[in-house]
Amino acid sequence: MSEFTFLFRGRGDTAGSPEQNQKHLEKWVAWFKDLGAKGYIKDPGRPLEETGKVITGKQKDVTDGPYAEAKDVVGGYMLIEAKDLQHAADLAKDCPILDVGGSIEVRPTQTLNM
Amino acid sequence: MELSDHLFRRESGRMLAALTRVFGVHNLALAEDVVQEAFCRAIEVWRFRGVPENPSAWLMATAKNCALDALRRERAARVFAPELDRFLQSEWTLARVVHELFEPNAIKDDLLRMMFSCCHPRLPENAQIALMLNILCGFSVNEVASAFLSTHAAIEKRITRAKKVLATSRKLFDVTASTEFSARLHAVHRAIYLLFNEGYHGASPEKAVRVELCREAMRLTALLLEHPLGKTPTTYALAALMCLGAARLSARVDASGDLSSLFVQDRSQWDQNLVVDGLKLLELSAIGSEVTEYHVEAAIASVHAIARCVEDTDWGQIVSLYDALMLIRPSPIVALNRAIAVAQNEGSARGLEEIRAIAQSERLVNYLFYHAALGEFELRSGQHEAAHEHFLAALALARNPMEHRFLEQRVEACNRGDTQRACYGTFWDEALVSFKNHLEAEEHD
Repeated sequence: MSEFTFLFRGRGDTAGSPEQNQKHLEKWVAWFKDLGAKGYIKDPGRPLEETGKVITGKQKDVTDGPYAEAKDVVGGYMLIEAKDLQHAADLAKDCPILDVGGSIEVRPTQTLNM
Repeated sequence: MELSDHLFRRESGRMLAALTRVFGVHNLALAEDVVQEAFCRAIEVWRFRGVPENPSAWLMATAKNCALDALRRERAARVFAPELDRFLQSEWTLARVVHELFEPNAIKDDLLRMMFSCCHPRLPENAQIALMLNILCGFSVNEVASAFLSTHAAIEKRITRAKKVLATSRKLFDVTASTEFSARLHAVHRAIYLLFNEGYHGASPEKAVRVELCREAMRLTALLLEHPLGKTPTTYALAALMCLGAARLSARVDASGDLSSLFVQDRSQWDQNLVVDGLKLLELSAIGSEVTEYHVEAAIASVHAIARCVEDTDWGQIVSLYDALMLIRPSPIVALNRAIAVAQNEGSARGLEEIRAIAQSERLVNYLFYHAALGEFELRSGQHEAAHEHFLAALALARNPMEHRFLEQRVEACNRGDTQRACYGTFWDEALVSFKNHLEAEEHD
């Protein structure tokens, strides 16, 4: 098994009705539970606040960020254990964020042999 | 922790009612934004962390914090609830006042305030119901539209207009002033009753929608019953009527998804707990001297509820209850209902006589059940041709595939010369009541 990082992008369209919001959330909870029950979740990660600061350059310019468009903003991350990259990508395919215009980036976490 | 069904809808109504109390009714849109914000946060956190132990409290606390942010951010630019504004403008009092306004008991009153505000006398009844569904029950415009078999655009217009009227009232309805409370209570009963009927008899063939609307109407009635001024005999009568009706809901649609009438329903499917509750509520409604249409309709429903089968039904009593209803709220529809009960009691020939004697029967020509009832009685009297005509007229008025299918079968029965009542499944039972409302709405136009 190897470790992968899921980066969740996009806040998703949560402007639906309360009933739709609830259905959406229920899908998340079910997806999450399923991954956990199968032992694929190494670290459930943490949601990130929407706002923050971005520091750039030698000048250490500080701006209110993130700059990215709503759909590209990283909203959370999670550490996954999977057989290989393909397997990890398959696990991501069922994520409900895809129903609401978001995306998931699957990245192998580098193993540091020191 | 699992989310209970429709939790977000319920919480949406509670949060919106509390927030509108704080922001003022003219800032309803701001309150709606804050509700949306609270849901977004819940989704963001819960999807990774799971649903918390008390999701309602979590949502309400989040709404409160978002409200504090909004109050601080906007206080220079806006006036909030006029009676509270002074306290909300000052940091000395802001947090304490908001905290008190979000206490569970305060929120109960807020829901009632909102319910009464939605029944504003300047709003037509259909707008009052749409508004209650949208604000108090957390239905989106699309969901209201599908419940009423209407278009998104039409419902949006109705709700937007209604919200404007609501905003001009400046203050939410005061639920502590007993005179005004009693005066407005009548309109509130009526709106809840119409909401229930829309679910029970409405044009939407989808069972889920019907059940949802009925449940919401019952929830709003339960809220009324929790309030000392709302707990009147008439509110009990309304609650009884809905309980006894709801007891039959699961039997109203048969296995193939067709509407099944009171006459052919599998009575073992009736929810006996609701029947018992309904009868208890009916007893509670009998205090005092006032007899409203809700009392009489609940009494009619109770006669059906305690009959083991159609033949066992005390049709004589039902006829006399319809007589009483004719005195309280006379209309051709009630007269038609009465005629059907008479037919049940004394045969279809007497039923036909009664139908022909209905005053202002021309108001029934666009009413499907009028033609269906005529067709049914003619058929049973062996007048196939006349019956055929009536069923064709009814068929032309069918509102959904279910009604269409049923009436096509009746037309075929006439063609076959089938006088049997084998599929005597006219769903006229209580469906009549609903059209009564349509007729009255026409009168207002």
